[in-house]
Amino acid sequence: MEYFVIIIGAVFVNNIVLAQFLGICPYLGVSSRVSTSIGMSGAVMFVMTLATIVTFLIFNYILVPFNITYLQTISYILVVASLVQMVEIILKKVSPALYQALGIFLPLIVTNCAILGVTILAVREDYGFHLLEAVVFAIANALGFALTIILFAGIREHLEMMDVPKGMRGAPAALVVAGILALAFMGFAGLV
Amino acid sequence: MGQLQNFSKGFIKDNPVFILLLGLCPALGVTTSAFNGLGMGLATTFVLFSSNLVVSIIKNLIPDKVRIPAFIVVIASFVTITDLVMEAYLPALYDSLGLFIPLIVVNCLVMGRAEAFARKNNTLSAVVDGLGMGLGFAFALTVLGGLREILGAGELFGFSFFEGDGMLVFVLAPGAFIGLGYLIALNNIVKKRIE
Repeated sequence: MEYFVIIIGAVFVNNIVLAQFLGICPYLGVSSRVSTSIGMSGAVMFVMTLATIVTFLIFNYILVPFNITYLQTISYILVVASLVQMVEIILKKVSPALYQALGIFLPLIVTNCAILGVTILAVREDYGFHLLEAVVFAIANALGFALTIILFAGIREHLEMMDVPKGMRGAPAALVVAGILALAFMGFAGLV
Repeated sequence: MGQLQNFSKGFIKDNPVFILLLGLCPALGVTTSAFNGLGMGLATTFVLFSSNLVVSIIKNLIPDKVRIPAFIVVIASFVTITDLVMEAYLPALYDSLGLFIPLIVVNCLVMGRAEAFARKNNTLSAVVDGLGMGLGFAFALTVLGGLREILGAGELFGFSFFEGDGMLVFVLAPGAFIGLGYLIALNNIVKKRIE
């Protein structure tokens, strides 16, 4: 039951993109095609889950016992950066087509605040997660990211064919669409 | 390029938020009021200024292959300093900015300027660029925060314009996206006029 609440809360109510504003760069950057946004979601989910497991262990078994929690930011970003490097090497070998499609945005997962944000949130005291809950929390957030970016990419594919006023073409129109999507997700508020 | 031009490009011509679309997460996340936007902008300016300074000084010492991790460590150190100082001296602002203070470390703007500018230019240009870009970012966040505060709550920096609630949606999440969308469109028009 608790896990169910975590999942619903992270996917719908406190959606990572539309309610917490994390991971906006890939959200706007790789959402012009549904296929690339699915690839990006997969990469994010993989990195996010692994990063949360590693940083959770580092935080609770190294930083807290030695009383050096102020090193949280530095140690976390190094873990995320090396994980992304690893995913990049694996993808290059296993799926060159996907590697080509994700292009510049794979290294940019390093500066994807969604990853770092979730790893920091997962050890917050007011949640008090243990390891398994933290993993479920990470997967649920990645699912929330996937849901919104794929929905958004679907809308943008149609938006391309629309006659948008000149000044609003590109980023402005996309942001207004994202705003309307956020409005729709506000309907889930108070569910959990 | 003169230093004045180098400094002023961050405001309209190459504004990090409106034109380059960098650092959008904090731009959308903390701008529920003009004050929060300004606070976040100045914190980022400090980090950007310091990291540009250090990166431009040590650029010849870092081997090319490991430059990105090295930049990240430099940036993360200054973010940690900002985090601790703000927690100690500005607790109210620190609480309302929350998660977005440690997340300055993954702000594409800071990394982008280190990689694209500070690495290739002398210390003076790098510092001026950091300051200009940072203040341009602060400017964008303050404008967006001000817009959302006026439309959503009917006040700006504590002065109220009208009684009642205003359009609450602008203080909530959707207003951030919609407000920023229209500001980008406006900035595009202004930029075209200047040129």
